[in-house]
Amino acid sequence: MHAEPKVKPSGAALIDPAKEAMLLAALYIAQEQRGYLTPEVIDRVAARLGLTAGQVFSTASFYTLFRTKPVGRYVIQVCSGVSCYLVDGAEKVSDYIGAKLGIRPGETTADGRFTLETVQCLASCGTAPALRVNDQLYENLTPAGIDAILDRLLGEV
Amino acid sequence: MTTWQPVLLANVNRPNSEKITTYLAHGGYEALRKTLKMSPDQVIAEVKASGLRGRGGAGFPTGAKWGFIPKDAPVKYLAVNTDEGEPGTFKDRLIVERDPHAILEGVIIASYAVGAHRAFVYIRGEFFLGVKRWIKAIADAYQYGFLGKNILESGFDLDVSLHRGAGAYICGEETAMIESLEGKRGEPRLKPPYPAQAGIWGQPTVVQNCETLVNIPHIIGRGAAWFASIGTEQSRGPKIFCVSGHVNRPGNYELPLGTPLREIIYEHAGGVRMGRSVKAVIPGGASTPFLTADKLDVPMAFETLAAAGSALGTGAVVVMDETTDMVEVARRVMSFYVHESCGRCVPCRLGGHNMLHELDIIASGQGKRANLARLEALTRGIPGITFCPLGTGMCEPVASGLKLFRSEFEERVS
Repeated sequence: MHAEPKVKPSGAALIDPAKEAMLLAALYIAQEQRGYLTPEVIDRVAARLGLTAGQVFSTASFYTLFRTKPVGRYVIQVCSGVSCYLVDGAEKVSDYIGAKLGIRPGETTADGRFTLETVQCLASCGTAPALRVNDQLYENLTPAGIDAILDRLLGEV
Repeated sequence: MTTWQPVLLANVNRPNSEKITTYLAHGGYEALRKTLKMSPDQVIAEVKASGLRGRGGAGFPTGAKWGFIPKDAPVKYLAVNTDEGEPGTFKDRLIVERDPHAILEGVIIASYAVGAHRAFVYIRGEFFLGVKRWIKAIADAYQYGFLGKNILESGFDLDVSLHRGAGAYICGEETAMIESLEGKRGEPRLKPPYPAQAGIWGQPTVVQNCETLVNIPHIIGRGAAWFASIGTEQSRGPKIFCVSGHVNRPGNYELPLGTPLREIIYEHAGGVRMGRSVKAVIPGGASTPFLTADKLDVPMAFETLAAAGSALGTGAVVVMDETTDMVEVARRVMSFYVHESCGRCVPCRLGGHNMLHELDIIASGQGKRANLARLEALTRGIPGITFCPLGTGMCEPVASGLKLFRSEFEERVS
């Protein structure tokens, strides 16, 4: 898909299983560079681990937390699970945030600050509704609580 | 009301509960000391005698699973499943964030029992605090001599590493988790061979859920007879029930297996919000069939829930009151499974999409009876013919919704 990484030709026999097992950890580190995995980053990860770019992209594209497209500085992930839905979370929360930021789920604000997403169950059903902003979890959401989160993030940017 | 002094969750509300010093101050790692004076076979025998069954959803007898690991295999592994993602379930996240050493002590004992010198902890990528807590717990355990070479002068060696998943429910399935640990797409493997024969890198591997492992130190410390005296005939010991939805006090409640569902909802979780009545309950996570209000006296145990037409699953109790739109609940659960299908086998990948498509049409009010018929046919055709249980699991809520709340579906179609 991209420039061939400088590794031996592909073939299962040539793959070092111990290196391949580092792939998810390597992708997390690589993703921190720009917030998403650029084609160049995928090539570099492949070269370092003795894999092909295709293998790296194959694994990366399977997992929702690895991104191959740019996202905002703050990624807001609203839980759409059944327990959040039952307590007036899920779409009600994502609609509320979307209206405030002027975007719909899947979109990023024009200034590149916020991306809004709906995600599957965050295992916060006992403290629903819940959302994540980057790696921070917020639970027991109320409109006032959401306002406070957004105000703080707007202040930080 | 059942009075039960929590064992599994005894530590979680203490200040600094995640610290090794807190764990040690309350008897932590004593069971490990006892274990290291026993033979591995004695440990397995004790776990078998306890009657412990896995708490991750499938309920497989833990001692039997350990017994399947070939004794003469030169390399064996233990894998710890912290990939909690079944909608409605939030117990493992609590334990790993608040009491990681309780899991780790179970990890060390289990590894000793099966002769594993390497354990892999797999944690859901979204559990950022849990990742931090696991890293700290493992590092501290090394420092205190509970991990590494010659643990507590016993001659037993164990190394533990942490592996962060990256957003894929399917990696909670044991063979998908193994694929992910190996750095691959999390697609389930065809079984057999089971992980006990060929798991991580083809070596015999025991895969255990966090809550299962938290039981182990108590079984060794207090004895199998103590554990077996709790619960029902086929469901021994305490269980963490995750109660959510339309209840006044959602949360994790540790109670003996066999505690009636009604008691869990009304005595422990404070009853239904606004004094409303129960319409439906998901008793064991999103892939378990609904129960109707007339089934509230069912004891929450493997065999009794099976007899009531559902399953204990992960023990995740989702309560829905009389105002709940069951078509929307079914649609939402289906959309979860469609999103989380790994795509490897056709019935799950395409069948799920087709079921969701029919549900979208029905929920919109534009559906015909033919949509309902197609939906129902799919729920009958998919179970049992997929690589892993996800394909079957995605059909259960819809099939039971159609069976138990048929009129709600029929009212939407013309």
